[in-house]
Amino acid sequence: MNKTMDKINKEQCRTDLPDFKAGDTVRVHAKIVEGKTERIQTFTGTVISRQGSGIQEFFVVRRIAFGQGMERGYPLNSPRIAKIDILRRGKVRRSKLYYLRDRIGKAAKVKEKRH
Amino acid sequence: MKGLIGKKMGMTQIYDETGRISPVTVLEVGPCTVLDQRTEEKNGYSALQLGFGKKKSKNVTKAVKGHCEKSGRNENPPAYIKEIRLDKDSELETGSEIKADIFNVNEYVDVTGTIKGRGFQGVVKKYNFGGGRFSHGGGWKRKPGSIGQCEFPGRVDKGKKMPGHMGNVRRTIQNLKIVRVDANDNLIFIKGAVPGPTGGVIVIRSAKKKTAAK
Repeated sequence: MNKTMDKINKEQCRTDLPDFKAGDTVRVHAKIVEGKTERIQTFTGTVISRQGSGIQEFFVVRRIAFGQGMERGYPLNSPRIAKIDILRRGKVRRSKLYYLRDRIGKAAKVKEKRH
Repeated sequence: MKGLIGKKMGMTQIYDETGRISPVTVLEVGPCTVLDQRTEEKNGYSALQLGFGKKKSKNVTKAVKGHCEKSGRNENPPAYIKEIRLDKDSELETGSEIKADIFNVNEYVDVTGTIKGRGFQGVVKKYNFGGGRFSHGGGWKRKPGSIGQCEFPGRVDKGKKMPGHMGNVRRTIQNLKIVRVDANDNLIFIKGAVPGPTGGVIVIRSAKKKTAAK
């Protein structure tokens, strides 16, 4: 990577979002365009992965909705993300929590981090 | 028709106003100096000879320096000199500079460059031949197989795909779209990939087959 590319990438990276990790429970406020109107859609769940770096960073949020597992991925630096709220910090021992996909009920819960 | 000489800076992705991601190649184009002109009257065709980059004065022959004198670049001669064909004679003067802002957003361009060299390669990599089975007593793995018949025609067809040198040739990709122009830093953002490695020299021209999107 050269200086020019670094500058281009840095300019686009968002610095206003909070720092969150895999295991945290977050609420993502995403801008959705329906025809001509724009509205905010929220999605609450556990962050199960953060991958990539810089402008390409991507994260996946998982939740159980109506007894069905549901996952949504977002590019971290997307201008379509209006806001991210952190609701709970999770205590986890790995960076990718794909094992949650095989679990149901109470076993699929991430313990809260307490200081 | 218009064109510039430039350098490939690398690839990244950018978001547009609606939040969509586009894969882009960043090109540093210009500033290019007009070194010489080809005119319909004098040469039978129209073109501009452009110079790009900088070379140390001591590394350039006197002949090149003398050639650059007209445009005032004899003390800092350009590293790359190329001709850009035009439809009609240019109104630019010899010695003037052209920058990235001659291209606009949503315009289509053709980009020429030298692709990466791959060395001597077999047919599987070079021409996507299928190759044989590696298991079940395979026998032939990455070989080309039969290259022709026996007595008739008794020779191998011309142009038969065979192993050999791959890459390191000049290639043009047509109809690439410009998504952003940065006139201050002389950068042009092109959707998709362009030939050659990062740092490679490229020539960017307005597209032959496609005009700007409305």
